[in-house]
Amino acid sequence: MTNTENLFKGFVKENPLFVSVLGMCPALAVSTSLENALGMGIGVFFVLVLSNLIISLIMSNEKLAKLVKPVRIPVYIVVIATLVTIVEMVMHAFLTPLYNSLGVFIPLIVVNCIILGRAEAFAASNKPLDSVLDGMGMALGFTGALAIIAVFREFLGAGTITIWGSLSLELTGVFDFIGITPIAMFVQPAGAFLSFGLILAAITAIGNKRTEKLAKGAIK
Amino acid sequence: MENIIALAFTAFIAENIILSQFLGICPFLGVSKKRSSALGMGFAVLFVMIISSIVTWVLYKYVLEALDIQYMRTIVFIIVIASLVQMVETFIKKVSPGLYKALGIYLPLITTNCAVLGVAILNISKEHNFGETIVYTTFIGLGFVFVMFIFSMMREKIDKAPVPKAFQGIPIALIVAAILAIIFSRFGGIF
Repeated sequence: MTNTENLFKGFVKENPLFVSVLGMCPALAVSTSLENALGMGIGVFFVLVLSNLIISLIMSNEKLAKLVKPVRIPVYIVVIATLVTIVEMVMHAFLTPLYNSLGVFIPLIVVNCIILGRAEAFAASNKPLDSVLDGMGMALGFTGALAIIAVFREFLGAGTITIWGSLSLELTGVFDFIGITPIAMFVQPAGAFLSFGLILAAITAIGNKRTEKLAKGAIK
Repeated sequence: MENIIALAFTAFIAENIILSQFLGICPFLGVSKKRSSALGMGFAVLFVMIISSIVTWVLYKYVLEALDIQYMRTIVFIIVIASLVQMVETFIKKVSPGLYKALGIYLPLITTNCAVLGVAILNISKEHNFGETIVYTTFIGLGFVFVMFIFSMMREKIDKAPVPKAFQGIPIALIVAAILAIIFSRFGGIF
């Protein structure tokens, strides 16, 4: 696989959230606003890229790999937990409001299946550079998917799109124009399940159309 | 006493771990296709959750706080949970083969179940005392079993229903979960 393929496969083809349906807990919990989604994305990006790098460095060294192999899952978890602790401390120090609104989901990056999944499925058997690119692609794909859900929920639920801090788009005019108020349910827990279900169904429908067309030979 | 009842009720219904806190979504969607496996997973999580919450609470209060190294929380907790799961598995295998047969295959999956680590961390960040920790964890765990059970029954029915093609599988399950979440969240104002 080429470098660009490694980087871009996480965006659409193997998107961790929409295709593999991994890392659902943070996806549902922090998609209440775009700002939270981006904050979570940054955390996951940092942890995933570095954990992929470290694990692939360990596993590509023959002597170390032999030593680590029988206890590799605990080793991965310790590596990931250390990186998550770093993220937690940095966010607490420099991005306190974001730290408070993400709450328990920052330490829970440790048990995010995407990270352990990539470590076991990709980083353990590939070169360091490939693993870093794979980590970047997967993290960006995750962030992008998270951002789509967050924009959908925040727009329907509150009529705003918070990009970062006080920088936000006021779109309540759209609701005034139709003559309704934003549907608060979408920013509540039930809205998370509903939005994710609808978006996933839309993606499946598009995918089905594409396979039908492919079968007919319309697109190559 | 009233506080304890309120805490138990909130943990069980209003702040249900799956439907309002979004922890343990992976087993919720993955192992809920059949009633028996949903119950097996539910009780395995309940069991591990109670033991690990007690152990992590004691460790946090008497080791991490005493040494003033609270920042080691995440690393210590995940190692404790991973090794506890292993120990519980070995112990059950030796002592009760029947129970092992029922819960055995779910136990290894629990290490990366965010519900277990999540509750351990929530007990610390909500500053629960020892009694509150036990009550909160037990009822959170029972809430997990309860929701897994009703959700698995609903999915068994959905399997036989004519669902539109794009909604088959996870999308329809999520929409059913949304309806459940609306019902559960309405119990929030009682206490």
